[in-house]
Order: sequence, then structure tokens, then C-alpha cells
Amino acid sequence: MTTWRAATVASTARLTSTARSIVLDVPGWQGNLAGQHLDLRLTAEDGYQAVRSYSIASVGPGQLVELGVDKVVDGEVSPYLVDEVRAGDQLEIRGPLGGWFVWRPADVGPVQLVAGGSGIVPLAAMIRARRTSSSVAPFRLLYSARTPDDVLFAPELDNAGDVEITFAYTRRAPDGFARKPKRLDRTDLAELTLPPADDLTVFVCGPTGFVEAVADGLVSLGHDPARVKTERFGGA
Amino acid sequence: MPAHVDGNALAGPMSELFAFDVTVATAVCGSCGDNAHMGQAMVYVSAMGHVARCRSCGDVLMVLVETPNGTMLNVRGLTGLRIAPTG
Amino acid sequence: MAVISRGFGGRRRRAEEDLPPGQYLTEDFPVLSAGPTPVVDTAEWEFVIQTETGARHRWSWDELQALPIEEITKDIHCVTRWSKLETTWRGVSLDTLFEQVETAYDYVLAHSYGGYTTNLPLEDLLDGKAWIAFEYDDSPLAPEHGGPARLLVPHLYFWKSAKWVHGLVMQTDDEPGFWEQNGYHLYGDPWLEQRYS
Repeated sequence: MTTWRAATVASTARLTSTARSIVLDVPGWQGNLAGQHLDLRLTAEDGYQAVRSYSIASVGPGQLVELGVDKVVDGEVSPYLVDEVRAGDQLEIRGPLGGWFVWRPADVGPVQLVAGGSGIVPLAAMIRARRTSSSVAPFRLLYSARTPDDVLFAPELDNAGDVEITFAYTRRAPDGFARKPKRLDRTDLAELTLPPADDLTVFVCGPTGFVEAVADGLVSLGHDPARVKTERFGGA
Repeated sequence: MPAHVDGNALAGPMSELFAFDVTVATAVCGSCGDNAHMGQAMVYVSAMGHVARCRSCGDVLMVLVETPNGTMLNVRGLTGLRIAPTG
Repeated sequence: MAVISRGFGGRRRRAEEDLPPGQYLTEDFPVLSAGPTPVVDTAEWEFVIQTETGARHRWSWDELQALPIEEITKDIHCVTRWSKLETTWRGVSLDTLFEQVETAYDYVLAHSYGGYTTNLPLEDLLDGKAWIAFEYDDSPLAPEHGGPARLLVPHLYFWKSAKWVHGLVMQTDDEPGFWEQNGYHLYGDPWLEQRYS
């Protein structure tokens, strides 16, 4: 059984103008699988509490746990995490959680990752897990972001070795970028992701509307719905 | 926030109750008979509770409400839950 | 032994002496949902009160609009601890609708489009305490807030004010509705802080 335990903010780092990396020091953390999340609980001085789920960006041993948090406009918890929290602050966590939306280094089949916005976080953990293991599973990532400035973990993705990475932008693309800014559609998915295969696993993560559209598109392209694993963000 | 998330969201509150991971348990919908991992369910999360609905017919599979007097778990919408071996 | 997170205040809010216990003031209008938002066209919308004889008293959208419409200004209190003061609505009083209804039963189960239910004593719907509301803040009630029409029972926790209301079925006993079956209080008086059963 899992229950709440105290964690301390070890460090924070700006990822984009709206997103931040937060590293938590969690005594007794036993490591986590790539793709898992944790529940985070904040308590105000008057006892008011708020609970939200966040994907874990880090993998492997040690008691430092990294989250990547993007600010939700009008949100209650994410603005605090992105703008207010600082090293030394305390909060509570419950986790690691979930064994459905996970990739294990022992999984040998090809993997297609599809990220929308900060949906990259658990998928970045999968890329990290692949790099730190001896896995040679073919990995491909399609990452839809608002603009090039909104890409999380950009330097790390630039050095992701043989992971084939395709960016797509919804608002503004870099100069000379062939694809005009728009949401991912079925044609994009057909051209920019791995075709259906019996041993392929697809992980889709992002805002609800994004995940809905991508998952529907993939299934219409012939992917087995049971092999298209989704993680929708609630928000706030 | 009327949009739903995935069954993954059940993992935290359920982990306080049981040793198994609910997201990889296989659920049979009592309404339409659909057979799926709980991780595939549609979960509506609010401060009142977690409501898991069948991905296929939309009927309620499971409701989980955390109260100061304990946790209320209603599984009337399920005809069964197969729990995967751990490890 | 609670772990306090420095600088975390939650939504901007303040506890007020004139609010029910444990409630905080909010300026926005949070949306709370246990399922997908039903899409109900007013051309197909109906409101039905069903009694113990099997009689079904039915109003179409146009018939509802032809009834006396009241302006309502009330505070509302959600069990998730937000309260909102002086919300303004337009709707038809349940007193008006029950004028034509003969029943000896004391309870109702409200049913919504989409399958939601909630239970109430009949007396909590009468004497100017409850409405079928279809306008909020001078605009048609938005689907996420229960449009085209919702029950409005502001003296109870707001989950009793069923969104997308479709009808009421008279009951001999206080049969629990959706949240009431799942740990929430059968009656839900915010001033007595009747949150959980």
C-alpha cells in the first residue's frame, strides 16, 4: 500500500516561460518505472488541501524525483509550482503510481511516443529509461508543441541518440520549417509515426483534446486500441 | 473541468486501499460486458470523488470517495475485476 | 503533523463569518462533473414529474417558458468547500409545477439527462425553496453548468441542484441518489455541515 509522505523541494529550474522542472527529495523513494506518476498534495496554513497528479520525468534509483510542470491558466496548483515553490519548501507525495502507462527496458517491441505540450514528461522518462538501459527497442517520438520555445527538455531531446524525433508546432514553427503550424491530424500521424504492427506499443500523453484526437486518429489508421496507451492531463 | 482523464488517475487513491495496481487490473463492465484494463477507463476526477466509466458504453464502473470517515469504494458497475499477478 | 506548503493558498479566497462552516468564498464558478456533459436540445427537452399512480406531468421547453418566471438571487454552497454569494438566476418555481401534481409521497428522486440522480424531501422543493433554472447571470445556462435547465435548491449543498435535470420521480422513502450512494449525506445541509453520511 502507498500513502502520503513528506517531500522537500531540492531544486527547481525553468524549462520554458510557463514550465518548470521541480526536483523533490523523497526519503525512502525506491525508484520508479518510466511513465509512472505521483499524486502531490499541498496544504495551506489554514488546512485547505489540494491534490493533483503529475508525471515523473526521472527514472532509476535514488531519492531525487523530477517533475515537469506546465502552468495551467487559472489553475490552482500549477501556478504555485511554477512560480512560487522554491528549494526547501515541503509538500506531500504519494507514489510512484500506475503500471499501465509504463515502459520497461525488458519490453523489446518498437515504441511510438506522441506528446502534446507538457505531455512530453512521462515520455521523456521513457527515453531516459531506454538510454540508461541496454535496450535497443526502436523508439520514435512525435512531439507537438505550441512554438519551438515551448519544447520541454529540448537540449536532452537533441541528444537522444538513435531515438527518431519529429517536432510539430501548433502556433509558430521555426523559419524554414516545412510543416505549417497546426494541430496534428490524421495525415500527420500517417506520415510521422510508425505504422501499425503487432508488437508496436504507442504512448500518447497530453491535454484531453489532444489525446482524444491522436488516439482516434491512430485507431482509424489501423492501430489496435489495446496497444495505444493514453494519459490525459486533467489540469489546474 | 468536465473532461475526463484515464484510469491511471485511480492509481493513487486505490493504492491507499489495496496492494494491487488497479490500472493493470482487468475490469468487466456490468452494463455492456466490455473487458479492459482499468487504465483504459474514462475517469472523471473532482474534489467530490473519482468516477470511472466504461470506455465502451460510458456507464459507471467504479466510484471512489475519500472522506474523513474513510474511503467509500463502490464497484457495483463491475461484474468482475481480474487482478494481475505482481512483479 | 501536517506538512504545510509555504506560500500555498489555493484559490484566492477567504473564510467569512456569514458562510456555512468550512466554506470559502470564490468569485469564479467551478465546474464539477461525474460524467460527460450531455447535449440536450431545447426542442427535445422535457421535464417530467412522475407520481405513485404512474401519472406523468410533462412540460416541454415552451410550456415551461410560458409559466411564471422568477428572478432568484441566492448564495450557493458546494460540498467541495466553495461558496458563491448572490448568484442570480431565472427559473420556474417548483411550487408552480407542483400545483398540478397530486401525491402523497414525501420524497423525490431527481433524474438528469446523462443518468445523474439525487434525492430530496419534497418539502425542500416547495414554499419558494427550489426552482427549475435556465438562466444564470443574465445568460442562458451553459451546458457545463447544467444547461438547458438545472434544479436549483440553494439551501442544500449544490450537488442537490441536479444539472441537466430531466424529471422528478415521487418516492415513499428517501432513496439515495448518485453521490448519496457513495458516501455523501442523504440530506446535505451546509449550515449543519452535512457533507458525508
